[in-house]
Amino acid sequence: MDSSKIRTALALSERIRKKEISVREGLDATFEIIDQKEKSLHAFLTIDREGAYKEADRLQEKVDAREMFGPLFGVPVAVKDNLCTKGIRTTCGSKMLENFVPPYDATAVQSLKDAGMIIVGKTNMDEFAMGNTTETSYFGCTKNPRSEAHVPGGSSGGSAAAVAAGECLVALGTDTGGSVRQPASHCGVVGVKPTYGSISRHGLIAYCSSMDQVGPIAGNVTDCAALMEALCTWDPKDSTSIKRGSLDSLTAVKQGRLDVPTYGKRGRLDILSSLEDGVPGMKIGLPKEYFSAGLDPQVAASVMRAAETLERHGAILKEFSLPLFQYFVPDYYLIACAEASSNLERYDGMKYGLRVPGSDLHDTYRKTRTQGFGEEVRRRILLGTFALSEGYYDAYYLKALKVRRLVANAFDDALKEFDLILGPTAPTTAPRLGEADQDLVKSYLADVYTVPANLTGLPAISLPCGVGEGGLPIGVQFMGRRFEEALLFKAARVLEKETCQNG
Amino acid sequence: MGEASIKAQAKTAYETAIGVEVHIELATKTKLFCGCEASFGAKPNTHVCPYCLGMPGTLPVLNEKALELALSVGIALHCDIPAWSRFDRKNYFYPDNPQNYQVSQWFYPLCKVGYVEIGEDATKRIGIWNIHLEEDAGKLFHDEKTDQTLVDANRAGVPLIEIVSAPDMQSAEEVLAFLEQLRTKVLYLQASDCKLQEGSMRVDVNLSVRKAGNSGLGTRTEMKNLNSFRAITRAINAERERQIGILEAGGEITLETRRWDDAKGASFPMRSKEEAMDYRYFPDPDLPPVFVTEDQVEALKKAQPEMREAKRKRFVSQFGIPEYDSEILTQSVRLANLFEETAKLGIAPKKVSNFLMGEGLRILREKELDPADVQATPEHFAALLKLLEENKITNTVAKEVFEEVFVSDVDPAEYVERNGLLTVREEGVLRQTVESVIKENEKSASDYLGGKEKALGFLVGQTMKAMRGQADPATVTALLKELLKK
Repeated sequence: MDSSKIRTALALSERIRKKEISVREGLDATFEIIDQKEKSLHAFLTIDREGAYKEADRLQEKVDAREMFGPLFGVPVAVKDNLCTKGIRTTCGSKMLENFVPPYDATAVQSLKDAGMIIVGKTNMDEFAMGNTTETSYFGCTKNPRSEAHVPGGSSGGSAAAVAAGECLVALGTDTGGSVRQPASHCGVVGVKPTYGSISRHGLIAYCSSMDQVGPIAGNVTDCAALMEALCTWDPKDSTSIKRGSLDSLTAVKQGRLDVPTYGKRGRLDILSSLEDGVPGMKIGLPKEYFSAGLDPQVAASVMRAAETLERHGAILKEFSLPLFQYFVPDYYLIACAEASSNLERYDGMKYGLRVPGSDLHDTYRKTRTQGFGEEVRRRILLGTFALSEGYYDAYYLKALKVRRLVANAFDDALKEFDLILGPTAPTTAPRLGEADQDLVKSYLADVYTVPANLTGLPAISLPCGVGEGGLPIGVQFMGRRFEEALLFKAARVLEKETCQNG
Repeated sequence: MGEASIKAQAKTAYETAIGVEVHIELATKTKLFCGCEASFGAKPNTHVCPYCLGMPGTLPVLNEKALELALSVGIALHCDIPAWSRFDRKNYFYPDNPQNYQVSQWFYPLCKVGYVEIGEDATKRIGIWNIHLEEDAGKLFHDEKTDQTLVDANRAGVPLIEIVSAPDMQSAEEVLAFLEQLRTKVLYLQASDCKLQEGSMRVDVNLSVRKAGNSGLGTRTEMKNLNSFRAITRAINAERERQIGILEAGGEITLETRRWDDAKGASFPMRSKEEAMDYRYFPDPDLPPVFVTEDQVEALKKAQPEMREAKRKRFVSQFGIPEYDSEILTQSVRLANLFEETAKLGIAPKKVSNFLMGEGLRILREKELDPADVQATPEHFAALLKLLEENKITNTVAKEVFEEVFVSDVDPAEYVERNGLLTVREEGVLRQTVESVIKENEKSASDYLGGKEKALGFLVGQTMKAMRGQADPATVTALLKELLKK
């Protein structure tokens, strides 16, 4: 049969495991589309054809030997280029790491391998994940598969575009301020930012450590849930990684007990078993401020239609107010830049990566970092350095931390009343190439719907809810309580089924 | 008035206030935030991993043992242990620091206010401001051949505690007394080997002077690169002189960090104002706060080993050794333990003490060894003393063998056997030697016969020497008397 007709990762894996198609055939379909589309799309920075086929053969032996494997076994996957892959170049979209080959695998990458998935390549991204268009990549922008005049969003633009174009069925992105959800929205695919600490950051090249989180991207909600389950695991190598548990221990967390639950029986997060439960009785809040000025009317209309759909399926909708709305973006950029200024200090030309020799040590530092980093990265390092400087710390960084706490409290309060918070993922559909550069502040402000999940550590999902002018996708976002991704997926699944029926 | 007396007067008119910052490397098997070995002296860049090389994507995981040791030191220094502390990043670019930030504690340190007692009967308290846990940096080497500076990251990430004292000390003597007390406590806790030369203990001195009677402190300087107790003393005295000199000349002290050059006997500013550092401390987002429960503190208090004072008193009451012996033996926990364990194997405590204090200290001094380097096991030490007690070896031989036991922990019985060191007491063998000694020393022989008792001692000595110390002295004396009378 023609494996390129298989549209979901779970179906592909099932066919492979039933030996209806071989692992190689599944991979052939992926590379066929990559070969077709990659030249104009530029979703990938590195493609590891040889490694992928080698792995396919190894996995086929397992199939033939009827060894145990999971629901994504044999599925090709793309990985954002800020996740370390042993032996495969990992650039972070930067000249600084143009030739950097990590000596180890990120835990998230290891999780993919443990699930029997095949890494086909590394995807394009904004340099060091700083950007929301993939245009700050040193290696050039990725195009939006729905319209090549538009950006795919970012920073995980390569991963979202690859999935949207069918170059692979699932991919890994990372989300610091919306970098999984926003490109997913712009490309018309599903993306999740899990609860902070859910997926190990070990091997994720840090931008803003207190907000960075790996997230799954897929063409549909169910695949996304399956990938999410495969990735969520406690990792002793990441001190901010949390141990997920059974429902009982989740109750403990709800009761405000800080001790993090231990593993449940499966030792994994469980989303799939309740995925089709629907939304009857689910309380969904809509922040008034989200639908104020700045939101494109076609996006607003589409998101409201999604809300109504959920209501029709038994959810209870209610408006509420988030007065701190206007502080989300400045708070996010202050903290993110401050942490970035420190996280990126290690790129100094001494140990690995680019080195531009200068007349002395400081000149070498200066030349290396001036030439190795792009303009946006340099800007954020400078902003962050300023915010942490003696005499400014209290006024900027410390104040930002206090605002962050207030934002978290506001969402926690809202989530006592509501099971989910619904809103747009981005204020507009994907901007045109080059548009963001013309108004940087506007571009930053476009992150307003996504950054709260990162400031608060709460989980959020974005999925397509409509199509705007020029066939550009519109995304809707749900935010939920810590550890309760299952609720996000249930609601997303209801919407997805409706959209598919309509489309 | 002569110049000398003006100087003398000026000196007495000033008071000195000294505080110290002491960095101590903790004796953990692995580094503070990764699993690399923390030991000293390995080949460059062999104790490294992606984390301590500052590779992208790597994350720190706190070494619980380091936390425990740091808390133990805090408890021994009577510190308050807050319910939680936090790690902060100290940002600065330097190649010995692979991440270009050091993970340290700035805002909320692990231990707060405590003290150390110094002086006769612990009459003076030196305040401790805080103790924080942090990562050490790597080392730089300049390669003359290639004119390149090379980095060895073995030390990068080794756990350090920084102990910050109040400016409660007034002289080099007080500083040394404080450091001795501190060092002894840390050694007793086995939290570090505290070697200044190897850098496992590093001392920075903050010093200021003020006119006698003035309240408030003068502007201080910080002195670095003090690699021995002698250098600390010299640097303190020189810096006090320098500051008084400036003030007497109507100048002002610059708040600065200075580097002591022990060869030149002088200090020099380390960096100019334009290069003043802004470390941009902020909480490390990769590490959650460290919570320390009261139960944990109680458990660590219970687990504290017997400290020097208690041990000193107990040795006197339990083993009946003189106060003086106990004072000396307990200066080093290694010697104290060796003493106690050997005495417990049934050897007269005073004999054990005599050997350690006489021979032991001499060997340490002559070989420039640290008590921590002593290899002797109590079993071998006791076996040696038994051989002596049973007259199987002479005192001279015992001293020779002791050195081998002390430094290399040889089996004394085997060593004596192999080298033929057992005491010779067979008259037949000794008679021949005694006869030839008398023949070669006719003057002494006749002196003895003429009534000079001292001459006999000389002849015994000569015989022992001829027997390489292995003859039984009683038998030799008896034989000499017998043969001389002939």
